[in-house]
Amino acid sequence: MPYFENITIGDRREMGSFTFTADLIKKFAAQFDPQPFHLDEEAGRNSVFGGLAASGWHVAAVYMRLTVESFKREAEAMAAKGEKPVVSGPSPGFRELKWVRPVLAGDTLTYASEVTAKRPLESRPGWGLVNFANTAINQRGELAFSFLGSAFIPTRPPGS
Amino acid sequence: MNEAMKLYFEDLKPGLVGTFGPHHVSREDIIAFATEFDPQPMHLDEEAAKRSMLKGLSGSGWHMCALLMRICWDGVIHRMASAGAPGVDEVKWLSPLRPGDDLTVTVEVISTRESKSRPDVGFVQITNVMKNASGQTLMTAALPLMILRREPG
Repeated sequence: MPYFENITIGDRREMGSFTFTADLIKKFAAQFDPQPFHLDEEAGRNSVFGGLAASGWHVAAVYMRLTVESFKREAEAMAAKGEKPVVSGPSPGFRELKWVRPVLAGDTLTYASEVTAKRPLESRPGWGLVNFANTAINQRGELAFSFLGSAFIPTRPPGS
Repeated sequence: MNEAMKLYFEDLKPGLVGTFGPHHVSREDIIAFATEFDPQPMHLDEEAAKRSMLKGLSGSGWHMCALLMRICWDGVIHRMASAGAPGVDEVKWLSPLRPGDDLTVTVEVISTRESKSRPDVGFVQITNVMKNASGQTLMTAALPLMILRREPG
């Protein structure tokens, strides 16, 4: 993650892919979203999804996991060049999250993020707010998931 | 599930409100979720967390979303004729989730409408407010649920 000043609208990050196995789908569902179509193949087949389907919150949580892994790879690359990595701040929330298509057992989603807006925060010196359009595409190239995210990103410290 | 207790689209009217929980969240819960889904230092490491904007170990916002789902499931969704949700209009993370928090979620029905494309379901627009035991609002959410109709149109 670059400093706020070095982020440009249109910047795109490819976060990589994740395969939702039946075991992982059931494990998340048992803990957080135990609806029958997330826990049981038969119930999934008989549901509107047509198969064992991942919880939408599981699909969202994996976005975050791949994003953090992508930040880590970038931080390691910066450290290797002798630069100090930038640590992203928290997020105030998101909008327009859409579970466009069911994510069924065995599906692989590929996640990406694009910067759509940025503004410095007058109320929090040293920080800016960046907005992102985030998407996940399945193995058939179909949009499965999207949302408009945001995060507090540090500005470049004076003298650095 | 006793069919007579099941809530269908027709049962969910604007103004209907309920509060569910409490649901206890431990330090171990926060770290386990963060380790798997959001391994940023502010969610994993006490010392790093003290230096973060949130000034202390905090749960992932996505953990709060997952907990919102669980608390609503335990409280009411388990007896709804749920057909899933198409998405979420807006989530605001207003205050951090802390180790030891006891969470409640208040759910209110804002409006309802029948689906134009699917005669067997209707959309129920709800708001959720998640609070800790001291009444601080941690998170709000606005989203539509898809609920089966008792009598398809």
